[in-house]
Amino acid sequence: MASAVSAVFILDLKGKVLISRNYRGDIPMNAVEKFLPLVLEAEEDSQAPAPVFTDNGVNYLYIRHNNLFLLAITRKNSNATTVMLFLHTVVNVLTEYFKELEEESIRDNFVIIYELLDEMMDFGYPQTTESKILQEYITQDAYKLEVQVRPPMAVTNAVSWRSEGIRYRKNEVFLDVVESVNLLVNANGNVLRSEILGAIKMKVFLSGMPELRLGLNDKVMFESTGRSPTKGKSIEMEDVKFHQCVRLSKFENDRTISFIPPDGEFDLMTYRLNTQVKPLIWVEALVENYTGSRIEYLIRAKAQFKRRSTANNVEIHIPVPEDADSPKFRSGIGSVQYVPEKSCVIWKIKQFQGGKEFSMRAHFGLPSVKSLDDADKRQPMSIKFEIPYFTTSGIQVRYLKIQERSGYAALPWVRYITQNGDYQMRMPDSIKNSKMAPI
Amino acid sequence: MADFKLPKPKFFVTNKKGENAELLADLNSEYRERRKDAVKRVIANMTVGKDVSSLFPQVVKNMQTEDLEMKKLVYLYLMNYAKSNPDLVILAVNTFVKDTDHVNPLIRALAIRTMGCIRVDKILDHLCEPLRKCLGDDNPYVRKTAALCVAKLWDLDPERAIENGFVTSLQELVSDTNPMVVANAVTALAEMQESSETKDVFVVNVSVMNKMLNALNECTEWGQIAILTSLAEYKPLDSKEAETICERVMPRLAHANGSVVLSAVRIILIMMRYIRSDEFNKQLVKKMSPPLVTLLASAPEVQYVALRNINLILQKRPDILQNDIRVFFCKYNDPPYVKLEKLEIMIKLCNDRNIDQLLSELKEYASEVDVDFVRRSVRAIGRCAIMIDDASERCVNVLLDLINTKVNYVVQEAISVIKDIFRKYPKRYEAIIPTLCQNLDSLDEPEARGSLIWIIGEYAERIDNADELIENFMETFLEENAQVQLQLLTATVKLFLKKPSQSQEIVHRVLQTATQDIDNPDTRDRAYVYWRLLSTDPQAAKAVVLSEKPPISVETRTISPGLMDELITNISTLASVYHKPPSAFLGNKAYSPDAIQKAAAADAQDEELHAVDGAESPAAAKEAAVKNAMADLLDLDFGSEPTSATSGGSFAPVMSPITSSAPALPPTSTGSSTGPNYSSDLFDFSSDTSSSIFGSTGASSGAGSSSNNFNSNNSNNSFGSLGGFGGSSGGMMASNNDPFAGLGGSAPAQQPPAQKPAGQQSGAMNDLLDLF
Repeated sequence: MASAVSAVFILDLKGKVLISRNYRGDIPMNAVEKFLPLVLEAEEDSQAPAPVFTDNGVNYLYIRHNNLFLLAITRKNSNATTVMLFLHTVVNVLTEYFKELEEESIRDNFVIIYELLDEMMDFGYPQTTESKILQEYITQDAYKLEVQVRPPMAVTNAVSWRSEGIRYRKNEVFLDVVESVNLLVNANGNVLRSEILGAIKMKVFLSGMPELRLGLNDKVMFESTGRSPTKGKSIEMEDVKFHQCVRLSKFENDRTISFIPPDGEFDLMTYRLNTQVKPLIWVEALVENYTGSRIEYLIRAKAQFKRRSTANNVEIHIPVPEDADSPKFRSGIGSVQYVPEKSCVIWKIKQFQGGKEFSMRAHFGLPSVKSLDDADKRQPMSIKFEIPYFTTSGIQVRYLKIQERSGYAALPWVRYITQNGDYQMRMPDSIKNSKMAPI
Repeated sequence: MADFKLPKPKFFVTNKKGENAELLADLNSEYRERRKDAVKRVIANMTVGKDVSSLFPQVVKNMQTEDLEMKKLVYLYLMNYAKSNPDLVILAVNTFVKDTDHVNPLIRALAIRTMGCIRVDKILDHLCEPLRKCLGDDNPYVRKTAALCVAKLWDLDPERAIENGFVTSLQELVSDTNPMVVANAVTALAEMQESSETKDVFVVNVSVMNKMLNALNECTEWGQIAILTSLAEYKPLDSKEAETICERVMPRLAHANGSVVLSAVRIILIMMRYIRSDEFNKQLVKKMSPPLVTLLASAPEVQYVALRNINLILQKRPDILQNDIRVFFCKYNDPPYVKLEKLEIMIKLCNDRNIDQLLSELKEYASEVDVDFVRRSVRAIGRCAIMIDDASERCVNVLLDLINTKVNYVVQEAISVIKDIFRKYPKRYEAIIPTLCQNLDSLDEPEARGSLIWIIGEYAERIDNADELIENFMETFLEENAQVQLQLLTATVKLFLKKPSQSQEIVHRVLQTATQDIDNPDTRDRAYVYWRLLSTDPQAAKAVVLSEKPPISVETRTISPGLMDELITNISTLASVYHKPPSAFLGNKAYSPDAIQKAAAADAQDEELHAVDGAESPAAAKEAAVKNAMADLLDLDFGSEPTSATSGGSFAPVMSPITSSAPALPPTSTGSSTGPNYSSDLFDFSSDTSSSIFGSTGASSGAGSSSNNFNSNNSNNSFGSLGGFGGSSGGMMASNNDPFAGLGGSAPAQQPPAQKPAGQQSGAMNDLLDLF
């Protein structure tokens, strides 16, 4: 069940290999020539080619990024999850190196990509993939290699994500608690799915090898220790995932989150909650379709959170028929914009206070001849927003303790924000020929 | 140091002639920068696929340098071209050996890593000494690289690895102080164990297991996966120990890396086999659900792998995720392959509590744009109806709503689905037949037409104008697809048996046309059988044609228990994605490093992957085939795959033994000669005609198989033509949903040996004879 990959390729959309690395030499490299034809063939057959397939004893696993394919081939029963995640890691690392990963940047940096591919995988097994650490000994700057680099201790340390000897004049930690709300509402206004994906993102500027401990108002911890929260409520996180720096067994034992952080930015943890809370921003649409002449929309948006909070940069995307023309809008607040290339109307509201409700009307002309399938109506509305100083779950950072041998004092800063995740509300069927007054 | 002002180098752009000559000069230049630039251009040429192997000696000369980047480039070049210049590789050996003694551990590791990647025998002679040194190096970075290098050596020459004691060294490294070294030692050992003949390279016993569990906490994510993979090999002594292992592994479920999570899930599922406490197992199942759901927040490709695994786990542990059907609802922007997998899982999770929710969701999907997804959604509604008796009426109503949308492909799919509902619940929904018949004109797909004709034939006594409707179809009889022709033929006979007075003339015409004007041997043969039946013994005809049909059901658990266990052991791997055992998709022969051209045999194997679909074990295939040989006459011939509009698709399962084994068969085997005799006895055909007819059947239906295989296997084909159509009717709804089936993602492990079909055939024939 060895998970080895035989070779990794980066290809353009025409299937031309931009760069490749043969790790095991057990598959002829020309197997890649069959890749794109096979994908296209599958597309014709089923319209849903899977990202994993086998042909002639060779297994192909691929992802798409911008205008590139990243492809791994193997002739073993490899660990598919590992391979997929590895390919995504390659994308992330290369993106951190070159800002944008695309054909151009690959050509310009082929030398360093070879070096990275060599370091990130050996004999088909992933090795060091932490881009912070890689950047310490595989550098962009090819011309000043007078000083010989050595492998950072971190490559093989138990703490593989942080190097020793980091120094800051001012020791600070920034904690961002970001909650993304995923919502799916059907056309009748029933909530089909509502979940919160939370993340605690950290920016760490700390010297030395600091030992951190984070306290949350975690219900399970309070229950297991028999204490009750000093103030406010405690929350129940459904599935918590930690950055590899967190000691998982310790968390499993007594729910303490303790870790030596990497330097700079990283996601400390993510969690998921299924909540029954009211959708934060509720949008109702009324669509009247006068086939062959015009279509009218009445959109009502309501902020269903407390008055003292405000949602910023709210954007409501309303899909409209592809052949709509001559848009007219009227709204109580914000600005409305028609984006024909996406066949949608975007209603932007800079600040949307809790408890308020606004409406917007849109009016479009329609061509008198209409094709029969109105498939475009099935696209859902999507909503974007950010609510600062607010979390839906009520999660709170109770403390962040920082200890380092030198004994410096460090300041933790905490921010909370709730934003949209995959926030979709399906459009209702349009009413044909009712009597709504035209604008 | 020469002052070389390089412009922004454009390594890929050259249009000069004799580039290699120029490179040659630059590689020999006295200036370091110029040499380095030349090496980069060489690598650039290599990257775009130009052959720069002729520069080998000059490039290798540049290997001895203190410039790390230059060294890496030369190493890269060596890895790529060593094979084309095996004799010259020896030039590099000296520098390699020297580099493994370098003060800088980065260079030591680089040298040993690269040496291992040069798959040339000459290098092996010089690899062992440096490798031994590196395995005992002070620096863990070098040790972890050397550990994998042992696996590289093993891959080329296992004997040498054993003789030099490297296997023992690796086993010692499992106790190394450094977790990364442990992880790589485990990785290397696991790989060697797999290909080892004695299987004693890496035995996971209690002490090894404990070492691995201890290293687990401190490893990188990839290291953890390696360790978890090997842990799965451990056989716990008793239930208690299995519980302890689960407890130790459980924290990994909280890891951010999805592969660590799935690897942990794999161990837990394996250990559950040993755990006797139901309570404990229940707890484990509960603990696994949330992490599985969270995997759905990953990138789509990872989601796909996760969904395929969840699909599997659900079949093994149906109690998992019971209340989570909503998380599988499709998002508008999910890629199609994710949507289809979610659909499968939703059907598996469907029960009488969530059916309403699911139905409204499926109805929503049925109005999306992606035709394939829409069809599958409609089909899913039918599967719900067949699974949940109480909900069947609601399902039928939703289907009627969909038929009323008049969207062509929705209507067709819905009608095909309703046919199955009619079969499951005979006489329950006759009232909707008029609505179905209204859409007669819009049906242009064989399966939909066939389905409606089947319904008309089945309910001929209740449909007043059944004869008119049949008459209507008769106009295009000759142009119809074979599947439709067969249906029409049978429906007409049913009509005649039910209402002899009205339809004598039609049935006569149909049989006449079918036997005289139609080239398709299946249709023609069936017409002959019916004709003979009707003319000799109408009662027997009734018994055959109007007999009780076996009930159909939805198989949500399509995987046999034995295969299931194997797949659970392979959670997260390719096998779990394809839902096939590894032996089914892995090429058995290794490509020798130099054999670039694939053998002709590989093509044959390819065919096999294409043709084989569904049949899981020889026994099952045989059983199904025997049972279904009858089904053909009983007119249950619908393809199972939604995509299989032509009969070719439904042939595949039965055809597979022929295609796969054909190359190995002698031109005439005993099995081949008995077959035609059976059929000629039955049909009173001369042996010659029969073989030519059946031969052509095979060629036209065996999707993608080369026709020369068939001449030697007529008997098998004749069986195929009889049993073939029925082959899928038993599992009508239990379609194989591997979207890549067409790409050959599916081949069962064992093919029935070639002689089997002949045996099956005689069995099938006997069944027929019994009836007469």
